[in-house]
Parts: sequence; C-alpha cells; structure tokens
Amino acid sequence: MGADAARPTLAVWKFASCDGCQLTVLNCEDELLELAEEVEIAYFPEATRAVVAGPYDLSLVEGSVTTADDAVRIRQVRQSSRRLVTIGACATAGGIQALRNFADVAEFRAAVYAQPEYVETLATSTPIAAHVPVDFELRGCPIDRVQLLEVVAAFLQRRRPRITAESVCVECKRRGNVCVTVAHGTPCLGPVTHAGCGALCPSYDRGCYGCFGPADTTNTRSLSGRLTELGMPERDLHRVFRTFNAAAPAFAEESARHAPHGEEAS
Amino acid sequence: MTHKGAGEGRELTAETLARVEGEGAMRVVVTDGEVSEVQLRIYEPPRFFEAMLRGRGHTEPPDLTSRICGICPVAYEMSACRAIEDACGVSIPEDIGLMRRLLYCGEWIESHTLHVYLLHAPDFLGYPGAVEMAADHRDVVERGLRLKKAGNALMTLVGGRAVHPVNVRVGGFYRLPTGAELRALRPQLERALDDALATVSLAAGFDFPDFEQDHEYVSLRSERDYPIEDGSFVTSSGRDFAVSAFGDWVAEEQVPHSHALHARLRDTPGPYAVGPLARYSLNHDRLPPTAREAAYAAGLGTTCRNPFRSIVVRAVELVVACEEALRIIDGWSDGGAPSVPVPPRAGVGHGATEAPRGTLYHRYELAPDGTVLDAQIVPPTSQNQAGIESDLRGFVQDRLHLDTEELTRQCEQAIRNYDPCISCATHFLELTVEEG
Repeated sequence: MGADAARPTLAVWKFASCDGCQLTVLNCEDELLELAEEVEIAYFPEATRAVVAGPYDLSLVEGSVTTADDAVRIRQVRQSSRRLVTIGACATAGGIQALRNFADVAEFRAAVYAQPEYVETLATSTPIAAHVPVDFELRGCPIDRVQLLEVVAAFLQRRRPRITAESVCVECKRRGNVCVTVAHGTPCLGPVTHAGCGALCPSYDRGCYGCFGPADTTNTRSLSGRLTELGMPERDLHRVFRTFNAAAPAFAEESARHAPHGEEAS
Repeated sequence: MTHKGAGEGRELTAETLARVEGEGAMRVVVTDGEVSEVQLRIYEPPRFFEAMLRGRGHTEPPDLTSRICGICPVAYEMSACRAIEDACGVSIPEDIGLMRRLLYCGEWIESHTLHVYLLHAPDFLGYPGAVEMAADHRDVVERGLRLKKAGNALMTLVGGRAVHPVNVRVGGFYRLPTGAELRALRPQLERALDDALATVSLAAGFDFPDFEQDHEYVSLRSERDYPIEDGSFVTSSGRDFAVSAFGDWVAEEQVPHSHALHARLRDTPGPYAVGPLARYSLNHDRLPPTAREAAYAAGLGTTCRNPFRSIVVRAVELVVACEEALRIIDGWSDGGAPSVPVPPRAGVGHGATEAPRGTLYHRYELAPDGTVLDAQIVPPTSQNQAGIESDLRGFVQDRLHLDTEELTRQCEQAIRNYDPCISCATHFLELTVEEG
C-alpha cells in the first residue's frame, strides 16, 4: 500500500506520447477534486510537483517504449505498481510512432535531425505489454473520459471494468445513426474497430478511422473487399489501416496485404 | 533564506520538470558567481513526424499531426489544413473560416485555462499543484475547472471531441454544427466570459518578480481581428513577411542537449519569442472591446516585456476567446456547405496559425496525386527555447543570493512563463542544413 493507508495511491506515467490521454485525467472537470479525495495523487508530474514515494496502488501508463532507457524504466514502474493500466493507443499498440516499425529508423532520424548521433532511439515503438505484464488496456487515440472514470472506479471497487470489446458498428446502431457506408458509400472502419468512442465519426457524417484500434474479433479482409467495391485504391487501403494503431496485429496484417510493390508484406 | 557565497560553484537542476506538457529537465551551472551554463534539456523521445508524413495522402496531415500534441491538436489541424489548401490553390469560404476560428477559441480556452489554473497559478500562490491549492482556494480551482470545461464543450460540439477532434478535414469540416446547437452553448460561454474576466483580476493581483527581456517578438497579424487562425508575420522591430517566407526568415539549429531544434531569426543575433506576450504586444489594437478593457484594468500597457506577467496576458486572451466565440455564435447562419473540394496538385504550401503557446508553422510539398513528398513543422516551443534559456541566465544571475531550493523553484516558474509544450517541440523538423 502507499503512504496513506486510508486512500489508495495513484501514479500517472508518461512514455512516448502526445500527453492527450493524461490530459483526459485533467479533463474530468466535474470529478477531479472528488477523485483526489478518493485516491492520493502520488505521482503525476503534469499536475503536481509533489512526489510521494512508491509503491503505488494504481499506475496509469501513457505512451509507448521507444528508447533503451524507457525499456528499463517501464520495468521499474511495473515493480512499484500493484495494478498497472495502460491508457491509449501508444501504450496499448505502440501509437502512431510505431510507423517507424515499418521503415528504416536511421533514415527517419537523418530526415529530421542534421546530427542524428545526438538522438537516442530504438528501431521500434512497442506497447507496454511487450515489456511487462499489464492488468488492463484502455483503448483509444485518445482514450474516452467516461471509460477512464469507469476504469478507476472499477479499481476502487475491486471489480473488472465494464468495458466491452464490441465494434464501433454496435455503438453506432445503438446511437441510432444512419450507416454512412450503406446510405452514402462512405468508407468506414467501424465494423473492425474497437468500441469506446460512442461512434463519434459516423455521428459527424464521417467514416470511422480506427483510432481505437482493432476490435477483439475482426474480419479486416472482408472489410477491405467492401472498401475496394466503394472505390478505395490499394494505396489508400494500405494507409487506412496504418495510422494510430498501425502495429496492432489485425491492422498491421491487413495493411501489409495492400503494401506497395517492394515493401515486405509482414 | 540562506545566503550562498558567490565564489562557489553551484548547480540548479530539475530532472523532471513538473506541470509542463511533456518531458524536460533544467540545468543551470554557476561558476565563480557567474551563470556559466543554462540548458532546457528536452529528453522526451522523438517521434519523427516529418518522416512519417512522407508518402501519406494530402488529406491525412490534419489527423496525423494532431497526434503531435494532445493539448493543442486544433492548432496542428488548422496549420496543416491551411498549408495543404495553399499547396492546392484552394481558398475556403468565410463561414468555414469562422467555424475554424470558433473551434480554435475552444482550444484557447481549454489550453490557456489548463496553464493558468492548473500549471502556473500554483507557483504564484505557493502550492505544488492545483489539487493541493484547492484545499485553501476551492472556489478558484472550481472556477478554473468550469472555464476549462466550457472550452472543452466548444471543442466537443464543433470538433466532435476535446482531444484530437474528428470533425476537421482539408477544405473545412465533415459536418457543420447548426445555429441551434451553437446557441445552446451560449449560457455556458457567457458564464465563461465572466470567469475569464475574474481570471484577469486574479492574475493581475499576483506578485511578479522585477524582470524584463528584450527578445524580438514574432506573431501573426490579420486585417481586422486578434490573430488566431489567420494572418501574416510581423515582428517587434517592424518587419513583416508572408507566411510563405517563414523559411527565409527563420533558421533551425540542432543542439546536443535537446531533441527539439532551436529556431532563430536569420538576421537577429538574440532569441525571438512567440506566444501570448508577442501576440498581445503586436496586436494590442486588435483586441475586442471587453478584452481591451480587462487589459487596461489589469494594468497592462500596450506591450508587455515581463515574462512572469504572461499569466495576465493569457487571462486577457481567455477573454478574447470567450468574446470571439460569442460573437461568432451570434452571427452564425446555417446553410453553407461544410467543406469545399481540395483536388490535389503538385506544389508547395505553407500554413501558420496561433497555437495557444505561439505561432505554429507547417510546410508541405505535394506530388501531382497529392502524396506528401516533404513536410516541415515548426512548433512554438522550439522557437521559444533559446529565449527561455536566455531568461534563465539573466534571472539567475540577479538572484544568486537565494538558496538553491528556492532559486530552482523560481527557475521552474520562469520556464512555465512560456507554457512550454515539450511533446510538441520534440517531434520536430525537417532540418535543412544551410547557412543563409
């Protein structure tokens, strides 16, 4: 247990990321002060200078592992955490920076920095679960605020979070949206994408672009066939599965099937 | 307060800068009574966005680059859209421009409130963070959270969500909110305007160290309004240049201690600064009426040179954003198309908009089919990095009598004056090695 036996301790950690998922903690405007009464915010540099020594009862981890130092640091975080929950696409699937996994990182580095030897980086961006055991993975680029609160509440009540692994299609139907693909021929990744956003894009007359990553059971090949019928060229099929969850296996494999000539298909 | 002998060597360090976005460290070395070394070290791992953008379609940069920063994603979406539209030779209609400005107001409210209340105010009121501050100043923290929530509500309606909005596309939006939906937000924004005015009063009452800098100020300036989503460049020494000339005026340099490149004006030896102080000082005459009155009441002149007062200017900009949002909502009429087509063509395009912490520049080179051949992104924090280090140097030199703990704390406060976004700054630039 942490320093204050009466309240569980919470730590928020950052690895390679945009800060958007930990910002979602601070975006709980109505709940933040109440949350701070239920848990002791023991380590959260974005919010406070104060640091309470570990171990921590609950660690929320944002970001992916992209440096040798961070590969060591995540092990230390795991050792000092009773429960470890990853928040967001970077921590859960490697994030958009995992696009490097399909490229030559030396070339990437040289393209951005004149003196690449100053820049320390690994050739891949990997999810937290590739390094240490993870108790729960919360999806999304970014995570959904309500789902985050559910995860923390479930932890406090010592139960599993009530978060389903259905597809965006199910949420979309529940919301009463007209299907953008059926009605307008708009390409949509909803059938293969993990729920959690509340079918946001179709509600804005846009096809889902997969920011919550693949659902638990997907038939990406069938969806690609449908997208082809709608007129999507191979080049775009390759790109559409290769964004914020590019290294999630179901999306990585489907993207590779449509790789331009010359790129290794795996 | 402990007096330390000026003759000894001292080192001030903060290994993990708290209450900033992203991961950075600070190191200041004092040798024989002189500040000999100042580093704002950005060790956050790079993510190579410019390289990842190569080979993507011309419709993709708004979604992809928004992931550079979760705190100012709209800034990335807006600068990317403008640059791509410029490359393709497309102008957007006035109503789409207004809706972009409205969305951007939401981001200014959300981001500035986050900084003023949760990141910076604890320095002035003497707390490690806002949650601790709430124990004694519950009403202040609750006001901040309420104001931040109003910004997020605006972003959620116009953009679909507060972090990485989904409704923005090259050429406009996927769906425009209706006038009725917009007017439903009016009560919340009226309350936000009151809260913003109270924020100006709060910040104006803080104690400020006696400190000024003389950095060249750089900001956008537009025909009529306070610069947010539109304008061309002006500087405090009276120069002006088009967004497309940015690369002729600004050079970027890599330094060993940082994953962010340092930017400098090619013809100016000292640092330059972007952000609220620069915007305000170069656009004081563009403030809308309520914001102008609030600035006057807060004792701000037509320019501001004390970086510690940036919290007051940020509060005035909160008034600007609330006032502008209400004006746009009141004038909105339904019926326009949500977007215009942006067919690809070969070319180079430039886009610059005012992110909450300063000007954000994007440049794209497109192939005839719209494939991105080359991308360059210059975020505000990289432009401010040299100025932050310069401020620390001058600030510490005059305060060597303070004990190390207190001086370190004040140095962190001096860094926060710029609301540095380290996540942004790290994911840098296409570097062109050249000397102009």
